[in-house]
Amino acid sequence: MNMLAPAPQQAPQSAPSNDHLDELENRSIWLIREAYARLKPLGMLWSIGKDSNVVLWLARKAFLGRVPFPVVQLDTGMELPEVYAFRDRIVQEWNLGLRIETCPPESEMDPTLPPATRAAARKTAGLQALLERERLRGVLVGIRRDEQGTRAKERVFSPRSLDGNWDVTKQPAEFWDHYRTDFPVGAHVRVHPLLDWTELDVWRYTRREAIPIVPLYLAQDGKRYRSLGEKNVTFPVASNASSIDEIIAELETTRVPERAGRSIDSETEDSFERLRQAGYM
Amino acid sequence: MSHDTTLDPGIRGDLPLRIVMVGHVDHGKSTLIGRLLHDADALPEGRVAQVQKSSDARGVGFEWSFVIDALQAERDQGITIETSRLSFATERRRIEIIDAPGHGEFLRNMVTGAASADAAIAVIDVREGAVAQARRHLFLLSLLGVRKVVIAINKMDAVDWDRAAFDRVAGETRAYLAELALKPVAIVPISARGGDNVWTASNAADWHDGSSLRDALDALEPTPATENRPLRLAVQDVYRDGERRIIAGRVESGRVKVGDELAFLPGGQRARVATIEGWNEPVARIAAAAGQTVALTLDQKLFVARGHLAVTAGAAPDAVRRIRVRAFWLAQKPLLQGAELRLRVATADHRVTVVQIERAIDVETLAPVNADTIGSGQIADLVLEANEPMLVDIAADIAATGRGVLVDGHDVAGGCLVLDKLTTRARRAAARRNDLRPPPERLTQARRAEKSGHTGGVLWLTGLSGSGKSTLSLALEEQLFEEGWRAVVLDGDRVRGGLSSDLGFASEDRTENVRRVAETAKLLSDSGLLVIVALISPERGQRADARRIIGDEFREIYVEADLATCAARDPKGLYARAKARKLTGLTGVDSAYEPPLAPELVVDTTSLDGAASLARLADYVRSQFGCRSSTARVIER
Repeated sequence: MNMLAPAPQQAPQSAPSNDHLDELENRSIWLIREAYARLKPLGMLWSIGKDSNVVLWLARKAFLGRVPFPVVQLDTGMELPEVYAFRDRIVQEWNLGLRIETCPPESEMDPTLPPATRAAARKTAGLQALLERERLRGVLVGIRRDEQGTRAKERVFSPRSLDGNWDVTKQPAEFWDHYRTDFPVGAHVRVHPLLDWTELDVWRYTRREAIPIVPLYLAQDGKRYRSLGEKNVTFPVASNASSIDEIIAELETTRVPERAGRSIDSETEDSFERLRQAGYM
Repeated sequence: MSHDTTLDPGIRGDLPLRIVMVGHVDHGKSTLIGRLLHDADALPEGRVAQVQKSSDARGVGFEWSFVIDALQAERDQGITIETSRLSFATERRRIEIIDAPGHGEFLRNMVTGAASADAAIAVIDVREGAVAQARRHLFLLSLLGVRKVVIAINKMDAVDWDRAAFDRVAGETRAYLAELALKPVAIVPISARGGDNVWTASNAADWHDGSSLRDALDALEPTPATENRPLRLAVQDVYRDGERRIIAGRVESGRVKVGDELAFLPGGQRARVATIEGWNEPVARIAAAAGQTVALTLDQKLFVARGHLAVTAGAAPDAVRRIRVRAFWLAQKPLLQGAELRLRVATADHRVTVVQIERAIDVETLAPVNADTIGSGQIADLVLEANEPMLVDIAADIAATGRGVLVDGHDVAGGCLVLDKLTTRARRAAARRNDLRPPPERLTQARRAEKSGHTGGVLWLTGLSGSGKSTLSLALEEQLFEEGWRAVVLDGDRVRGGLSSDLGFASEDRTENVRRVAETAKLLSDSGLLVIVALISPERGQRADARRIIGDEFREIYVEADLATCAARDPKGLYARAKARKLTGLTGVDSAYEPPLAPELVVDTTSLDGAASLARLADYVRSQFGCRSSTARVIER
């Protein structure tokens, strides 16, 4: 071979008949299976929101209907009542072995954090307790790059130190679908199978697959939740989108950021960044 | 951001085009991205005001790069740390931008971003041209498989849109890309800060043809998928469902369909695809193509595991233990010849030794250079050897199974493309080995050790000519013999007189000589003998070969003496002949000696006299291989 001969073309990402959602689905299933093969024991966080519903759906596809690892809800007791009702319905309908991890109270959180950020930190603490008790090596989480600037900087397999901290300056290289999965004892890996999906992708896929959603995403009286968090820190946005089709149409033209109704993101310039460095999802 | 605005639903199903931004840290990539997103009307509400606020707070004018610098740390240092993804749309399609940081130490992120790109924009400051960092990025793009490159020659306003300056930088960049067999899709003179020729054409350069960067992006086509390649299906996992075995994997190239007869390598067992399983799918799948994940059942029970490769029966790639690769190194710790790494290709994972660093490549001039070590960001051609045959393809034939990552310890430390599969005499012999049926042994190792008082083993004495290897080995053999051991010396000069009399002293011949000595030593060691090898064996890769052939019983002993001492001793008169120019290729004089990096034992014959050297070595041998020695174990290393 000539010393400077051209490298091959990129591997084909999809067959011609595949559309964009198929490509995303194939890759995410591959990532979930990769996490299951390489990280033992593996768990999955289910926030009951639209993104983690998609992850759960993809996990059922990956393992042909049966999810072979624990699915965990980090519960602050502060979710909206519709969220709990949806959870209980899905657990029953899908015969889901859900584990509920009760998060420590707000009084135990870092008092220097702004109030809403402190409330969100409870989930980090709940996750920490779960990891320590179950000694999980891998955790599937449904975050996406397009949600928020710091999440844009994530890796698909994102290593966390013993205390759960995220060091954005020391992330491993990820290319050609090879991921670092060997780590010192005690460290764990957040696996992000939806990292490359957009909010629109999630809704289009939800529509195509008919994945159930919490009804709060649909507008009532001119308001809907675009992003679901605890009731004390999340607010609905103005919208008339009362079906998934209408949500998709709305998102195709909106200029409002997805997490606009989440107060933790904008309390101070770096509030979400501080949360994430300390191990928030 | 999730506002891919108002694309025609007709092309909605098309894949977004992923663009990576590369170039030197100060040449304006982040500014260009900020400008593109703004002009494409793709910024979320409030972001411009937020950037104005951040800019004011830091006492700078409106800073376009703050648009993407979401992390505070980045803003304060003024550099982009991480690969971040942003999207906008032209009238033609959605475009995702991957910003690859230009800062040298953040190479891992650049590679991470670039590897998933369909095309690249290289941003080059017209006043500085394609500097080393930009050239390194372009070279890496070519290795990563990114073939479409748009060159944005930036800061044209700083040279008053001088055509000569543009032509000079455009020409040198085009020439460089030609050497990488890359042709730029377009070369556009721009000012990212002023927005000229970015989203809309500018009048600033009347000599330019009036096309903008957006026009160049619109002219790009996504890489078409190719299915007309041989089937490579990488096995990711195997699931049990009652009695059934479900094979999970991905089609890396080609196609597979129900009824196809597959061979599962390396074993080669064959079976037909019975079903392609799915869950909640309206219609059962009967075929899958490159890029698709599958869950297969077979018509027969086979042993299949992660790392196996399924191919169309009768069309298996050659399995080889030795390959030549073009590698890029990302780790801070330099790569050395003799290094032991893991090579991961698709789902296969091989333990490999870097038996040779053939050459490094100077990214500025593209000239090959000799190198003993490969540092972070460097590119080099290496020979890798695995313990077992590897099922790989030539990268130019099938990308997915022709390239892989190099893992050092826990870390992904580099990547490589397979240039060649190497089959030598030894490799062919290894291929024939499967047909050999050696008779079963009657004597066990335990019985041998009980009788002789020691186990078999190999002391591999390496060092310069005149360092004392032969003297020491013969003295040790005699001493052990007196103590009742069964010991034997394999001396380099004796081997050369017979077993290897057909070989010369070129690197390849020396490697073969080492192989023969190592195989001989292994036969003797397996028979319970303590084998003392006295052989210069100058290359680390050769000694790594010997260690691999011999296995656990191998001990590398570095007989150390400085060159001046060896030349003064000169027992064979070689140094005198080399000095008189009657001999060439003498190790240490005009041929390199690579000292061991982690020998089991060092015997320094410059500072220790003969008796002390012998005592040190003999103590070590008793501690390692003796069974009934009452002397205390010597703690070494």
